[in-house]
Amino acid sequence: MFHKLLLTAAAIAASTVTVSAETIRWARAGDSITMDPHAQNEGATHALAHQIYDTLLQRDMSGSIIPSLALNWEALADNPNIWRLKLREGVTFHDGSAFDSEDVVFSLNRAMADGSEMKELLSSVKDVRAFDALTVDIETNGANPLLVNNLTNMFMMDKGWATANDVLTPHDVAKNETNFATMNTNGTGAFVLVSRSVDEKTVLTANPNYWGKDIYPNKVTDIIYTPIQSAATRVAALLSGEVDIIQDVPVQDLNRVSSTDGLAVATAAQNRVVFFGLDTVEGPTSNLKVRQAMNIAINRDAIKKIVMREQSDPTGVIMPPFVNGWTEELNQYPDYNVDAAKALMSEAGFANGFDITLNCPNDRYVNDEAICQAAVGMMARIGVNVTLDAKPKAQHFPIAKGGDADFYMLGWGVPTFDSHYIFNYLVHTQTDKRGSWNPTGYSNADVDAMIVSLESETNLAARDATIAKIWAAVQDAQMYLPIHNQVLNWGMKSNINFDVQPEDQPHFQFLTFN
Amino acid sequence: MLIIILRRLGQSILVLFLVALISFLIFRFVGNPVDNLMGQEATLAQRAALEEALGLNDALYKQYFDFVWRAIHFDFGNSYRGALPVAELIASRLPATLELALTSALFAMVFGVITGIYTAIKRGGFIANLILSTSLIGVSLPTFLIGVLLIWLFAVELRWLPSFGRGEVVTLGWWTTGFLTVSGLKSLILPSITLGLYQLTLIMRLTRSEMLEVLRQDYVRFAKALGLSNRQVHFNHALPNTLVPVITIAGLQLGSIVAFAIITESVFQWPGVGLLFINAVYFVDIPVMSAYLLLVGVLFVFINLLVDLLYLAIDPRLRDSQLNGEG
Repeated sequence: MFHKLLLTAAAIAASTVTVSAETIRWARAGDSITMDPHAQNEGATHALAHQIYDTLLQRDMSGSIIPSLALNWEALADNPNIWRLKLREGVTFHDGSAFDSEDVVFSLNRAMADGSEMKELLSSVKDVRAFDALTVDIETNGANPLLVNNLTNMFMMDKGWATANDVLTPHDVAKNETNFATMNTNGTGAFVLVSRSVDEKTVLTANPNYWGKDIYPNKVTDIIYTPIQSAATRVAALLSGEVDIIQDVPVQDLNRVSSTDGLAVATAAQNRVVFFGLDTVEGPTSNLKVRQAMNIAINRDAIKKIVMREQSDPTGVIMPPFVNGWTEELNQYPDYNVDAAKALMSEAGFANGFDITLNCPNDRYVNDEAICQAAVGMMARIGVNVTLDAKPKAQHFPIAKGGDADFYMLGWGVPTFDSHYIFNYLVHTQTDKRGSWNPTGYSNADVDAMIVSLESETNLAARDATIAKIWAAVQDAQMYLPIHNQVLNWGMKSNINFDVQPEDQPHFQFLTFN
Repeated sequence: MLIIILRRLGQSILVLFLVALISFLIFRFVGNPVDNLMGQEATLAQRAALEEALGLNDALYKQYFDFVWRAIHFDFGNSYRGALPVAELIASRLPATLELALTSALFAMVFGVITGIYTAIKRGGFIANLILSTSLIGVSLPTFLIGVLLIWLFAVELRWLPSFGRGEVVTLGWWTTGFLTVSGLKSLILPSITLGLYQLTLIMRLTRSEMLEVLRQDYVRFAKALGLSNRQVHFNHALPNTLVPVITIAGLQLGSIVAFAIITESVFQWPGVGLLFINAVYFVDIPVMSAYLLLVGVLFVFINLLVDLLYLAIDPRLRDSQLNGEG
């Protein structure tokens, strides 16, 4: 009898262990702002939406595009202005209704409606049409080879559900109305929303009718998501075993987490490059030799080792490695060489150096002000006397953008994963529509024309060749001094197998246990 | 008596109108509401229509009275962040903050009075001095540091208590309580200590000095001369007289416990109004910010009014002198 009891107890214990192992308690700094998938274009909001809603195309855990609700997509051969997407068959929403092309038309129009923060990503779209029940045509104003890159955060809602609950547009705060979709969801995703208490706890459970059941591992049965704003508390919650995975481990706590039994830190390059910009029109930095000298006077390895505690990837180009156009040669950073830099300074006529101000943010990038302080010391070695002016981002960005700065720091992420995004903001001559983040004064009509041509070039080989040409021009002009790509650190239980996603977006259907 | 009460009420209402004015000015002028409500691409016509709809073209005094009128009806508009009514948001967060404030006030009161009496009676003793010197930690360490230290000790090293959140809560109508579950009670301990430590020190020091003062009084000496035991003298005669000012101060501090809960709540991810306010600042969610300011203002004014009226009820001298002053 006793023996039997013991066995039962052991069986119960074993089963509870398995159940708890499949529940993931997940924490990161910020909560989702709203459950309405089109109302905000923000990382933490998308992170939760990605569990519940699906997109047509998706970026997997390595950052490459994979089919999701769309099985394949191509621009029509006879009319490159139209993208034709073939939808997945047999997909249902959480409430049981079927997913079809009407829902896609509705969702994309909703994402372009007033009150949507996603509409900039669809600004080239002229019309969305259902070709048949499982085919959708997206017509753009002029060919847009990059359109599909912009669909990876464009979530699909059910037209019938949205009509029934009067959420035909993302919530319009101006109307002083609440919106059913801010707290309720009906997606096609791997998880169903069970309960949500803002800033406190959001509970999700696996979708029993998920279309990706046989495609992805789907080992996670439940997700308990808790935002924990204070970094120290977040790390403490991981160390004490109260949560299983945290997305933002502070640099100073990495050793503590990875040296704790049963915990591991997963690290990957982030889609964000940090660099300095220089004024190319006025002052000593208008001299190319001076800019080249400053570039080789930066000791990137020292910054990585001392300032970043090894948590960065030094680079020679202002482009994260996932971006189309990235090559090993471009990424190669120059050797740190004070003598060569001094020689260049003499050739430029600045053997005695000069004075300059470095504008730097102090609350935007990882250790941003410390990087600038390191740069001050490095510049002093070649006679450049730098005055550091570090400010909060709200004050820094107008300076960095406005063109008043001679020497400033900036970081750049590339959501489209294509070089064009960098060129359009950072390389093109500063005009009303383009080059808004290029205050360096760099202006090259040929390069500008090439940048514009990328937008409608449908021959991908020719397009890549143009991208390479533009990069060559950028590297020659040296108006930017690349420093490094930032690194993401996720802390988790060591029995969890999960890659760090370069956009900082966990997709829990990919998670497995050891 | 009635006149004094009316006058106190009148003063409180005046203060409330001033607080409402500041709250209104924040809402109206910290960032243009139209910019906050509409994106950068809104056309001039759309902006003009919204300005008209929001009443932003009315005279300023009219806008102010509209604001007060809506506030009296608990209408603070919608939060920019989640498009939920601000009053609903605050109501859903208030139980967490009030439970935390109540627990830490009780904690501070009970332990503050006990240690205060002990250190007064055993003046100069080793343990009394130890309590006094360690209590300095309560006033000299910032709240967030105390919170982090407690988390590291009790959540990470000893693993006795949770490091964040409210645990399991039970819903009773519109109120949610953590008092009825084990995890809820465990979750209350660290935040309550963190929030109450400063008050505890304050109450302890106040009790101690009041007690020492009372023990010097003639009636205590006479009571001792009468041959009453120390215990009777201390607890039956000295203590009640000590507690009157202590309770007054502790009551007044309740308002600041609620207001200072902001820091404790953000360290422990405690889902109360303080955390709501911090996030509102982060997102420049002006309706929530101005409603919170108004709420704290009302709370302070209300507690002060209550204490004032209680004074009048308790102390006849105050009442008479006020009447005399009236002529």
